[in-house]
Amino acid sequence: MMVRAARVPQASLGAGGSRRSFLLLVLPLAFLALFFFYPLFTILRLSLSAAGEAQPLALSSVFRPLGFTLWQAALSTLLTFMVGLPGAYLFARFEFPGKRVLRALTTLPFVLPTVVVAVAFNALLGPRGWLNLGLMALSGASVPPIQFINTLWAILAAHVFYNTAVVLRLVGNAWAHLDPRLVHAARVLGASPWRAWREVTLPLLRPSIVAALVLVFLFDFSSFGVVLMLGGPRFATLEVAIYTQALHLLNLPLAALLSLIQIACTLTLTTLYARLAPRVSSPSAPRAAQEASQRPATPRQRLAAVALVGLLLVLLVAPLAALAARSIARLEPDRAQRTSVSAGLTLSYYRELFVNRHEALFYVPPIAAVRNSLGYAVATVIIALALGLPAASALARTSRFGRQVDALLMLPLGTSAVTLGLGFVVALDSPPLDLRASPLLVPLAHSLVALPFVVRTLQPALASIPERLRMAAATLGASPWRVWREVDLPIVARAVSVAAAFAFTISMGEFGATSLVARPEYPTVPIAIFRFLSQPGALNYGQALAMATLLMGLTLAGILVIERLRLPGVGEF
Amino acid sequence: MREVSTVLEVREVWKSYEGASLLRGISFRLAHGETACLLGPSGSGKSTLLRIIAGLEPAEAGQVLWEGEDLAPVAPHARGFGLMFQEYALFPHRSVLENVAFGLRMQNLPKAETEIRAREALARVGLADFSQRKVTDLSGGEQQRVALARALAPRPRLLMLDEPLGSLDRGLRDQLLADLRRILALDGTPALYVTHDQEEALAIADRLLLIHDGQVQRSGTPAEVYADPGEAWVAQFLDMGTLVQARVIRSSPLRAQSELGILAPRCTHTHHAVGVNLTLLVRRAPLTIERTARRRYNVVCGIVQEVSFRGDSYRATLNSSTYRLPFDLTHPVAPGTALSIHLAPEAVLCLT
Repeated sequence: MMVRAARVPQASLGAGGSRRSFLLLVLPLAFLALFFFYPLFTILRLSLSAAGEAQPLALSSVFRPLGFTLWQAALSTLLTFMVGLPGAYLFARFEFPGKRVLRALTTLPFVLPTVVVAVAFNALLGPRGWLNLGLMALSGASVPPIQFINTLWAILAAHVFYNTAVVLRLVGNAWAHLDPRLVHAARVLGASPWRAWREVTLPLLRPSIVAALVLVFLFDFSSFGVVLMLGGPRFATLEVAIYTQALHLLNLPLAALLSLIQIACTLTLTTLYARLAPRVSSPSAPRAAQEASQRPATPRQRLAAVALVGLLLVLLVAPLAALAARSIARLEPDRAQRTSVSAGLTLSYYRELFVNRHEALFYVPPIAAVRNSLGYAVATVIIALALGLPAASALARTSRFGRQVDALLMLPLGTSAVTLGLGFVVALDSPPLDLRASPLLVPLAHSLVALPFVVRTLQPALASIPERLRMAAATLGASPWRVWREVDLPIVARAVSVAAAFAFTISMGEFGATSLVARPEYPTVPIAIFRFLSQPGALNYGQALAMATLLMGLTLAGILVIERLRLPGVGEF
Repeated sequence: MREVSTVLEVREVWKSYEGASLLRGISFRLAHGETACLLGPSGSGKSTLLRIIAGLEPAEAGQVLWEGEDLAPVAPHARGFGLMFQEYALFPHRSVLENVAFGLRMQNLPKAETEIRAREALARVGLADFSQRKVTDLSGGEQQRVALARALAPRPRLLMLDEPLGSLDRGLRDQLLADLRRILALDGTPALYVTHDQEEALAIADRLLLIHDGQVQRSGTPAEVYADPGEAWVAQFLDMGTLVQARVIRSSPLRAQSELGILAPRCTHTHHAVGVNLTLLVRRAPLTIERTARRRYNVVCGIVQEVSFRGDSYRATLNSSTYRLPFDLTHPVAPGTALSIHLAPEAVLCLT
């Protein structure tokens, strides 16, 4: 302390900096306190007060879901990286025809709602999917020959499909910003390609790889919709167990205990992460990104690129194509038609969405769910950016205080969406905060989920801006706010649009919390799809397909619009 | 003099970027122990050429040979070349010593030897005490030295330097240039030095290779190139004087009429017919002031403008017709003075 005090100029500079950081962090922290910690606290208080009367807990009902959650998350993460790392390299270092399209495509599954992913895999490999119906038509069998749904493979496949984009984005961005001359230097100094990767690329990418590992693992760890809809009753992750205990078995103490365990796990992970990765944001010039990527030159590179693009296409496009195609294919008789029907194209699943049937699941035409979801998503983008931008710019200047805040901001990411939803329901339905009827409840929940992504996307970009640019702007007469607007904002514009895309699409697809928070008369699209899918009958299945296809299209449109909205002139930095 | 042995040969190398051809069949040789300077304007493909020689980028056509052997099948890390990058490309995640030791580690040398040689290399660039520092904490000049030590430590059979002094201040540059020349002479390692700065090139090079339009336009020792730039572009790029358009009025001895008056250029060409247009180079020095215009040629009259003190002399500009001739004076002359100057015979050179 005394040593520090002796360095007067730096000490006072640091104090000014942290005061600024604190001001920037006030709003995000208040948001977290109100909509994250307060509901969580309420849940725990409720469950503890209820625990007195509850019967003793069976240990296996805790450890079995925990063990399975860890096991499937580790397996999923490993598989995701086996696909994602080569993919990140491809995107960072090479130009190839259709790169933009493929990039958009690889983002699509990640941002797609879990329900859509579930329906897509169902449309490809499920009992009513293309493969099974095709095989049945060929062999004349009356039972689907492939058992994919309700297996571990279904969960793993969906997780790889779902999270590859995280690796592509996080690691790929860092890779693209890595100065290629560093690898060149290693190569000229006698390092083989593999050695150059291990000694130079890997250590420099480590922060982003660790970040991606943590994100993917946390995702798989707290995966809900995919496990619920594809894994079936045999596979319960903590998340599904919480959902089942809280909603179906009404065993709140056990649900609370499970969510406590999950929070402990994710807290451990994030703390570990904060220790492991002293974020070395290598100050590389933004222009390096463009210089670095070139067309694959050697035949071997070309072959590898083609193979990788092919693999990504099959993995990412096949289920989505199956979904879209299945939604306009009549392959089975409808509910009303008892006789066999000739297979062909149909739009009846879509037409049905506009009909407000008496015996339907909703009081409104199902299409209204699309309008609800869009409104919620726009609100979520606004809230998440308004909170995420100040938070990220405060965290970009690393301080001890910032580290702890960073860990705090990451917390909602690993917290079960179901717990978040449940917390909203029990905490925000009575004074002093009665938001039960507020239309803001859903976007607030979504913002909570989206905020860690927004911060994680913005913070590395902000940290990579050389301080001397800010100093130069300041000496030229720019106020701190002007500096931020003229220097930081243009450089991070791409990161901001990526962050906005994340927030938008996370909101469109959020299922766990929404299933508890949304009011029945204002269903979101994922809720509608889930309800359709859980009903029997070809028409309900068809409507789930149609709705999921619509949501897929909407998500794609959202990404395209946001890519276009990048500030003019800074798109190519 | 006996022909020195060629170690590196670049033969008819072609390369284009985004449709525009950058290197158009460039060829040259490098002898053992020689330091050649690739000199050319920014964007003339010099760095690209180094990357092609290092094997980091493929050429579209042509060959790079080492002692007569085609290097195409040899991977960059197996070539045993050293390349010092523009802006150094030091590994930010490694200390100074680790950076310097990198190439030695790649040769799988014993740990002790690696350390000794890395420290030696650091000492050679005057940074013996810096071994444990982070490279991100170094100044530009220190980074430059670390990069040089890193490139030298594995004892490369060819050293390539890509604008190594590009962003340094003048004093530091002069000092590092001297260091570089000393180290290169000591090692006897053949070196290719890329720069767009002619002073740097003159200070370091045994031979200049002037690159323009994707080819070597002129090659020779600095003295040879300065004695006869050969091409108008070379004279202009090296800032050797003023280019003057003239027309031959007499073939032998050669006299040409220009806007500056009648000039008597030195000419290495065989013959110029009367009436042919020539491009002449009027060198900056040496000049004498003519009080009475007795001669009929190589006398330029004009008005003095812009006189500036240069420490040991005065630099002035003489406005004559449309030309502005710079020249040096031992005594100041007031701007606006009308003056006749006499160009020495070697100061006027025929380029075409």
